[in-house]
Amino acid sequence: MLQRRIWGTVLVAAALAAPYAVYPVFLMKALCFGLFAVAFNLLLGYTGLLSFGHAAFFGFAAYVTGHAMKEWGATPELGILAGVAVAAAMGLVFGVLAIRRLGIYFAMVTLALAQMVYFFCVQAPFTHGEDGIQAIPRGKLFGLLPLDDMYVLYYVVLAVFGIGVWIVWRAIHSPFGQVLAAIRENEPRAISLGYRTERFKLAAFVLSATLAGLAGSVKTLVFQLASLTDVQWHTSGEVVLMTLLGGMGTALGPVVGAFVVTTIENYLADIGAWVTIIQGVIFVLVVTLFRRGIVGEALAFIERSRRR
Amino acid sequence: MTLKWTLTFAAAALLAAGTAQAQISDNVVKIGVLNDQSGAYSDLAGQGSVVAAQMAIDDFGGKVHGAPIQLLSADHQNKPDVGANIANRWIDVDHVDAIVDVPTSSVALAIQEITKNKDVVHLNSTAGSSDLTGKACSPTMVHWTYDTYAQAHGTGTALTKQGGDTWFFITADYAFGHALEHDTGEAVKEAGGKVLGSVNAPFPNTDFSSFLLQAQGSGAKVIGLANAGTDTINAIKQAHEFGITQGGQKLTGLLTFISDVHSLGLETAQGLVLTDAWYWDHDDASRAWAKRWSQKMGGGRMPTSVQAGVYSAVMHYLKAIDKAGTDEAKKVVETMKSMPVNDMFTKNGHIRADGRMVHDMYLVQVKTPAESKYPWDYFKILRTIPGDEAFRPMDKGGCPLVQASAGK
Amino acid sequence: MMTFLGIPIQALMGQLLLGLINGASYAVLSLGLALIFGLLNIINFAHGAQYMMGAYIAWMLLAYAGVNYWLALVVAPLAVGLIGVVIERLLLRRLYKLDNLYGLLLTFGLALIIEGLFRQAYGISGQAYQAPRLLQGGINLGFMFLPLYRGWVVLVALAACLAVWAAIEKTRLGALLRAATENPALVRAFGVNVPLLITGTYGFGAALAGFAGVLAAPLYSVNPLMGSNIIIIVFAVVVIGGMGSILGSVLTGFGLGLIEGLTKVFYPEASATVIFVIMAIVLLIKPAGLFGRNA
Repeated sequence: MLQRRIWGTVLVAAALAAPYAVYPVFLMKALCFGLFAVAFNLLLGYTGLLSFGHAAFFGFAAYVTGHAMKEWGATPELGILAGVAVAAAMGLVFGVLAIRRLGIYFAMVTLALAQMVYFFCVQAPFTHGEDGIQAIPRGKLFGLLPLDDMYVLYYVVLAVFGIGVWIVWRAIHSPFGQVLAAIRENEPRAISLGYRTERFKLAAFVLSATLAGLAGSVKTLVFQLASLTDVQWHTSGEVVLMTLLGGMGTALGPVVGAFVVTTIENYLADIGAWVTIIQGVIFVLVVTLFRRGIVGEALAFIERSRRR
Repeated sequence: MTLKWTLTFAAAALLAAGTAQAQISDNVVKIGVLNDQSGAYSDLAGQGSVVAAQMAIDDFGGKVHGAPIQLLSADHQNKPDVGANIANRWIDVDHVDAIVDVPTSSVALAIQEITKNKDVVHLNSTAGSSDLTGKACSPTMVHWTYDTYAQAHGTGTALTKQGGDTWFFITADYAFGHALEHDTGEAVKEAGGKVLGSVNAPFPNTDFSSFLLQAQGSGAKVIGLANAGTDTINAIKQAHEFGITQGGQKLTGLLTFISDVHSLGLETAQGLVLTDAWYWDHDDASRAWAKRWSQKMGGGRMPTSVQAGVYSAVMHYLKAIDKAGTDEAKKVVETMKSMPVNDMFTKNGHIRADGRMVHDMYLVQVKTPAESKYPWDYFKILRTIPGDEAFRPMDKGGCPLVQASAGK
Repeated sequence: MMTFLGIPIQALMGQLLLGLINGASYAVLSLGLALIFGLLNIINFAHGAQYMMGAYIAWMLLAYAGVNYWLALVVAPLAVGLIGVVIERLLLRRLYKLDNLYGLLLTFGLALIIEGLFRQAYGISGQAYQAPRLLQGGINLGFMFLPLYRGWVVLVALAACLAVWAAIEKTRLGALLRAATENPALVRAFGVNVPLLITGTYGFGAALAGFAGVLAAPLYSVNPLMGSNIIIIVFAVVVIGGMGSILGSVLTGFGLGLIEGLTKVFYPEASATVIFVIMAIVLLIKPAGLFGRNA
C-alpha cells in the first residue's frame, strides 16, 4: 500500500513537471488519447466488449465543442459540456443497437454505426467537410483561466484527464464494476444470478462513450480544430491498439499505450506509410506474443519476481 | 596610415558584415516541406516536392547572405493534429523560417493559423482551398500554384466559350464538392451557358455508373466532375466503360492533375478536359527543369504542377530574402509581393495583397494514345487562361488584408 | 414513356441492373467471410486487404509478366489463397483457444500491414487495369448500354456463389465442413484431419476475396485502399444477413446491392449510408439477422 502511494506521488509529480521537459502540445495530445483509451478500456478490458466505433464519440464531440465555441461563442466549459452531452446521447443510441449482438457482431455493428457517423460528418455543412472547423478560440475557462497560455492549458488538460481516469477507477471498483467483471467472465452466470446484464452493459457503454467524448472535446481546445480524421475508422483502430499495447484491463495500460502510439505518430513522421505498417506489426506481435500488453506484462513480471 | 587605422578599418568592416548577417535569424534559413508522403496526395506532391525544394536551394547556391539554407521534411499523414504538432515543434524548437507545400485543406488551414500567429512564412502549393487567400488569409502566406476557384472558373469559362454550353455536374456531396460545383456553375452562366442539373454522389464513393447514367440521360454537352482524387479516377474510368465521351459528351475533371491522368492511362483518360497551372512539356525552360527533376527522382515520372510550384515558390522566397536582407517573415513576404515572378513556372506572375500568386493557367485536353509520342506526353493545350481571368478577384474573397491595404 | 415515381421505367431497369452488379461483389465477399466464420469462428478483418491483393496481383501479373486477365483470374486468387494459408498456419492457429476477439484484432493488424506495404511500394493514386479485349465494349439492351464486362461480372459471380453453395451442400467435403462447424471434436474422432480442413477453409475464403478483387480490377482504380472502403459495407451486409447460412449471405449481398442502386436514383445523398440504416433497423426487429440463428 505504501509502495503504491509512493509510486502514485512520483507519477503525479512527473505529470506536473513534464511540460518543462517535454514539448507541451505533444503531452496534451497524448493525454487526450490517454483518456480516450482509458474510456475505451472500460468496455474492452473490464466488460469484455470490443467496440470498433469509438472514433464516432471522440470525433463528433470534437465537432460539437468546436462548433459551439466558434459559431455560438460558447465558453470552454459550455463547449465541452455540449460535446460530452452529445457523445453521451450517441452512446445511448449506439449502445441500444449494438448490445443486441455479442462478440464479433458487436464489433462489426459499432464499426458500421461509426461509419454512418463518418459519412454524416463528411456531408453535414457545419463540419466544413475536408476543411474541418479551424481557428477555434480557446477562451477563458470559467472566465478566469486563459487557455491560450500553453502551461495553463496543460494543467487544465491534465486535470480533466485526472478526473476522467478517476471516474473510470471509481466505476471499476464499485459494485457496478463487479457486475461488469462478472459479465466479462461469464455472462450467462451473471444472468442466472439475476442481473439484467444488458442494462449494465448499456450503462458501461454510455459511460465509455461519454468519456471518449470528453477526450475529443478537450483535444479540440488543444489544437483549436476539429476534423474528419478523428471520426475515421482508423482512429477507432488506433484506440484499440493503444489499449491492447498498453495492457487491457489494467488501470494505467491504456495511458502507456496512448503515449507510445502518439510518439510513433509524431516523432517518426518522416517515415511515411511505415507508421501504418508499424501499427499493424504491433497489433500482430501483441496478439500473438504478449497479450497482457506492456503494463500487464510488467505487473506479471513483478508478481513473479516477488513470489521467488 | 598606421596599424591602428588599419585595425579600426578591419573591425568596422567585420562589424558591417556582422550586422548584415545578424538579419538572418540564428544565421541559418530553415525551410520545412510539410506534406503527405504516404496518403492521397503522395504522388501529386510527396517526396517530389521535397526534391523540388532541394533543387531550388541548390540552384540558388545553398546560401543566402552567407547563411546556409537547410531543408527539413515531414509527413503529416493528412491529419491536421499531426501537421499542427510538427509545425509547432518546427517553429518553437527548430526555428524553421518557412513551411512549404502543405496539401489537404484541413491541414493547410491549421498551418495557416499557426504561421499567422507565430509569424512564420507559409508557401502553399498543393492545398486547394480558396479560403487561404479569402477569409483565412495571412500576411505571411503566399498561395502559389492553384486554388479551387481558379480550377472551377477556368474550366467553366473556357469550355463554355468553346461551345460546351450545357452542363451536368456529378458532385461529391460535401463542402468542397459543392463549392467546386457552385464556382463552375457561376462561370458557365457568366459565359452564356446553362446548367441542366446535378447529382450529389456520396463521398468517398467507388461506383459512379449510376450517376454517369443520370448524367448521360440529361443530354448535357459537358459532364463536370466536382470531386477529387480516387473518386475522380473511378468516375473517369467508368465513364470510359460506359462510352460517355464516345457518345459525344465532354467529360471534365474540375480538380484533376497529371498524376491522375498517369494513373488512369491514356486509353481511359483520352479526351478528358482539365485546367492545370503548369505542364512540364510546355516550353524549353519547363522541359529542362522537368528532366533534371525526373533524374533526381530516379526517372520514370514527370513533375506535377504543384511540385514545380514548390520549386518556384522556394526560389522566389530565397530571392526575396536576398533582396530584403532579412528573413523576418512579414518583410520577406512583402518583398516577394513587390517582385514579379519570372522563371520556368510562369512569366510575369505577381503576388497580390491577399497572398494569391496570379499567373496564367492552361485549359488542356488529354491526348489519345495515337497522339502521344513519348512517355508523359499527355496534354495538348487548348487555351491559355490569363491569370486575371482565372483567379478570383481580390474584392470577392473577403480577405481582411485587402480592406486594410485599400484603406491606405 | 412509362414512369415510376417520376423516373422512366427504362432508366430504372438500368439502375437496378447496376445495383445487381455491385451486389455481386458484396455477395462474393460476404460468402468468403461467412465460410471462414463458420469454421474458424473469427471475423476476417483482412478480407478487404485480400480483395485488394487480388486486384493488385492481377495488375502485377500483367505489368511485370504479361499474364493476361483470364490467367490472372485463376492465378491471382490462388496466390491470395496461398498467402492466406501461410497466415493461418503461422499466426491464426495460435489463437483458436482464445476469445475470438483476438482473431479479429490479429487480422485487423494484418490488414494494416498489407495495406501499408502496398502503399509504400506503389503509392496511392492507383493503377489502371483494362478489361480483356473480348469483354470491352458493350451491348445495347434497349433500356441501357451495358458494358460487356459488367454483364460478365454478374454472371461469373453468381456462378461462383452457386458453385460454392452446391459444393458445401452436395459433396462429401462439404458435408465434413458442415459437420466440423457443428462439432469439431466429433469429426476428429472419425479420423478427419480438422486442422487441415481449417487451413483449407481459410485459404479458400481468402482466395474468394482475391477472386472478387480480380473481378473488380477493370471496374475501379486498383489502389491500396480499395479494400478498406468496401469491407465495412460488407460487414454491415453480414450483420444484416446473419452468418448462419451460405445462401443467406449471398442473397443478402445481391439484395442490398439492389437497394443501394435504387437509393442512388431516388435519394443519392443517402446511398452511402442506406446499408447502415437497414442494419440498424434489422438489429431492432430481428437481432440475429435475416438468415441468422440466434447467437
